[in-house]
Amino acid sequence: MSNLSRDDVAHVAMLARIQLEDHELDRLAGQLDQIVGWVGQVNEVAADDVPPMSHPLPLVNVVRPDEVRPSLSQEQALANAPEAEDGRFAVPRILDEE
Amino acid sequence: MTFTSVELTQAHLDRIGRIDPALNAFLLVDAEGALATAANVDGARAAGEELPRLAGVPVAVKDIACTKGMTTTAGSRMLEHFVPPYDATIVTRLREARMPILGKTNMDEFAMGSSTEHSAFGPTRNPWDLDRIPGGSGGGSSAAVAAYLAPLAIGSDTGGSIRQPAAVTGSVGVKPTYGGVSRYGVIALASSLDQIGPCARTVADAALLHEVIGGHDPMDSTSIDAPVPPVVAAATGTRDLTGMKVGVVREIGGEGYQDGVLRRFEEALELLRGLGAEIVEVSCPHFVYAMAAYYLIQPSEASSNLARYDAMRYGARTTPEGSPSAEQVMAASRDEAFGDEVKRRIILGTYALSSGYYDAYYGQAQKVRTLIARDFAAAFEQVDVLVSPTTPTTAFRIGDKLDDPMAMYLNDIATIPANLAGVPGMSIPSGVAEEDGLPVGVQILAPAMEDQRLYAVGAALEERLREVQGGYVIEKAPQIEEVRA
Repeated sequence: MSNLSRDDVAHVAMLARIQLEDHELDRLAGQLDQIVGWVGQVNEVAADDVPPMSHPLPLVNVVRPDEVRPSLSQEQALANAPEAEDGRFAVPRILDEE
Repeated sequence: MTFTSVELTQAHLDRIGRIDPALNAFLLVDAEGALATAANVDGARAAGEELPRLAGVPVAVKDIACTKGMTTTAGSRMLEHFVPPYDATIVTRLREARMPILGKTNMDEFAMGSSTEHSAFGPTRNPWDLDRIPGGSGGGSSAAVAAYLAPLAIGSDTGGSIRQPAAVTGSVGVKPTYGGVSRYGVIALASSLDQIGPCARTVADAALLHEVIGGHDPMDSTSIDAPVPPVVAAATGTRDLTGMKVGVVREIGGEGYQDGVLRRFEEALELLRGLGAEIVEVSCPHFVYAMAAYYLIQPSEASSNLARYDAMRYGARTTPEGSPSAEQVMAASRDEAFGDEVKRRIILGTYALSSGYYDAYYGQAQKVRTLIARDFAAAFEQVDVLVSPTTPTTAFRIGDKLDDPMAMYLNDIATIPANLAGVPGMSIPSGVAEEDGLPVGVQILAPAMEDQRLYAVGAALEERLREVQGGYVIEKAPQIEEVRA
């Protein structure tokens, strides 16, 4: 039985903002189906009474003093931007046309 | 024999120029910067200034750490032209230690891989055999150190990316305790697993670099606020392991492991016994599920971390024809600039975290993680360190596993449990396999913040191996000039 169909992969890829081309979908879908089937074995041992572990260190609310310190200049912050305008990041339209 | 830092640095730069075209270990070489640091150190030394221990010793840095003003790609087209405006803390520490930075080393894209074949800038080749992989993701650092292009290098280890490359290149690699070395300014793969560490040719060299980069950093909230474990003292201290209990994990080894790898491991156990250690078999029954848990947790965290590459503020942008929306530009840019393995893991992680599947995948994997941490805790109640082969096989051929992601993932079967639990691990060379003449690694694992135990056991075993085998394993590597002929 398939764990993950080609359509599932296309859908999840769009959630992740990756516009896969058809030939990529053909290749990745089979591989991902196999991988998802295999990682599912975690369900064999993880019982209800086992607490989840998100992190190796028992850290809670690590904060540092709220002090003003030197930071990047506007020029430095924009230096790697694909497009900048008037000291700001220039981005494509974010609303639908019409 | 004494020589200046400029001579030492220039000698490495010359060798990089001569050998690296065959290896592709470096993505960027900064001859000017390295020589300037070296000249500065030479001047200070001549003036009688007190200098840090490794001042003037050149070092290579994996291209996952941000270097101010020096392109940092993480092996990806996405960051091909990214020039960081700041240094990672580890880079700052190298500069404070006055170590010339030779350049940036090749890696699997965003550190996803075990062969360096997933670099967008071409694979790195193994100095032992140019048709074979140097391990991954840090194959550039391991190849550079093994081929004497750099005496020391920085690596990062999320599931074995320092230890596995060390094993297959006959070098030494250490993944410190999680939180033991700052990750500020290091491009994130999976934040609950990533750890920075040293790559070197000897255990003592690794300890010296570990000491430079280790220790608390207020800029990294996961950095442990405690002194660096006494790694240099351990690496240069007693070779007597009397009273030391060394555990062999029953679940690592056996089926799927190459004969020569297992033989070198058995010999290493004998040598440890000879050094006074007591060998104890221990069971870590949940380690067999570590791979599955890892390939849920790591892609999940990666999918989240890599969401930042949206082609809006930095990174490569691809603009489809017409009047595309920002969302369409993001999707096109990410398709264009990410390689296959990165896409596979982002999609896998997004799926594992998605509504309806979270409990069955990510949630369950987190529980398995608890079980693995408990296995380690129980084992370390019985023994001081654990040992295993580092990898199931010696270096495989370039191209062999590229189209089979599952086969590629299995290279990290012995290294992954340490990342899940956050404990430190080391790989040292234990000899070469008879069947292919390629180097084999032995892995040593210790409890969190007991990194010095790795160095004590590693240095003792390294010295004994050298006596028995008549030299360091790395000395058996063929000269690259010969390999090329």
